Amino acid sequence: MLTFGKLTNSQDKGAPFSPMKHIFKIISLLAAISAFWVGLLQASIIPRTHTWLLPIYLVVSLGCYGLLMVGVGLMQFPTCPQEAVLLQQDIAEAKGFLKDKGVDVGSD
Amino acid sequence: MAEEERKNEGKNQYSIIIPTYNERLNIALIVYLIFKHLRDVDFEIIVVDDGSPDGTQDIVKQLQQVYGEDRVLLRARPKKLGLGTAYIHGLKHASGNFVVIMDADLSHHPKYLPSFIKKQLETGASIVTGTRYVKGGGVHGWNLMRKLTSRGANVLAHTFLWPGVSDLTGSFRLYKKSVLEDIITSVVSKGYVFQMEMIVRASRKGYRIEEVPITFVDRVFGSSKLGGSEIVEYLKGLAYLLVTT
Repeated sequence: MLTFGKLTNSQDKGAPFSPMKHIFKIISLLAAISAFWVGLLQASIIPRTHTWLLPIYLVVSLGCYGLLMVGVGLMQFPTCPQEAVLLQQDIAEAKGFLKDKGVDVGSD
Repeated sequence: MAEEERKNEGKNQYSIIIPTYNERLNIALIVYLIFKHLRDVDFEIIVVDDGSPDGTQDIVKQLQQVYGEDRVLLRARPKKLGLGTAYIHGLKHASGNFVVIMDADLSHHPKYLPSFIKKQLETGASIVTGTRYVKGGGVHGWNLMRKLTSRGANVLAHTFLWPGVSDLTGSFRLYKKSVLEDIITSVVSKGYVFQMEMIVRASRKGYRIEEVPITFVDRVFGSSKLGGSEIVEYLKGLAYLLVTT
């Protein structure tokens, strides 16, 4: 899904134009999936009982995928404890310089 | 496009807009750090202060004595009037062809400014946005709950909006001035949904957006702004963006 976004960003249009609204892209996608599902129902390649359940399987899979992404992202969440230390150094340096120049760097 | 802009490198001016409210100490620190990290760059800092009672504006005037009134501009407003309008107000006084927006509380570190500028010159992008969520970037000062909601919100937004950027709510960005002016007039949301709407609208209009990793040090410990109402506001914002962009 990230690739959809990237495709539109690779050319910098800049000039005003009317792209298709995002919601229509989603509706088209859902319509295509629905048409495919109805087709499956009619063609009876897969037993009917299974086909009826397919949308539920899809939603559940998407939900699980989402949760997986959240979990993975949480585990891989980039942290930077060293930055807090560097920031304190920067603050000390800044205070020193500014105090000399007459800027009031007293309490917050 | 990137070639042309590289030739004009010497003529680029960067207007850095910093909205402030009660940032008496931080504004001085951040101005120092900007001057430290942008030594050979033509820039100006526009402080949009919303009538801070703690004397932020007095400090800005002291900074003007040190750095010059042409480099540090104070464009104050009488009271708290919102972030979006603060940017618009700052824009009116910006003389550069590029605009940087950043927070005053040092969660956005000026040391990343050169990487924003470099990325823009290399790619000719209309917008360069800082991302905390990639390798090389990161966050410090967030507890597990905060990270969870951030990641959950991110996955949700990506599933429905396909935004093309990894960090939707970040507010450390470099814009071409004309692009910022174009987008900001059509944005109606407030708060962090505002930042999301800006980047999504830009993406829909076909503007090229690039990202650079940034680190985000949250020094405001304990003020976890994530209650139930925040989540509802976020979902409403997401739905709004889904339908109108």
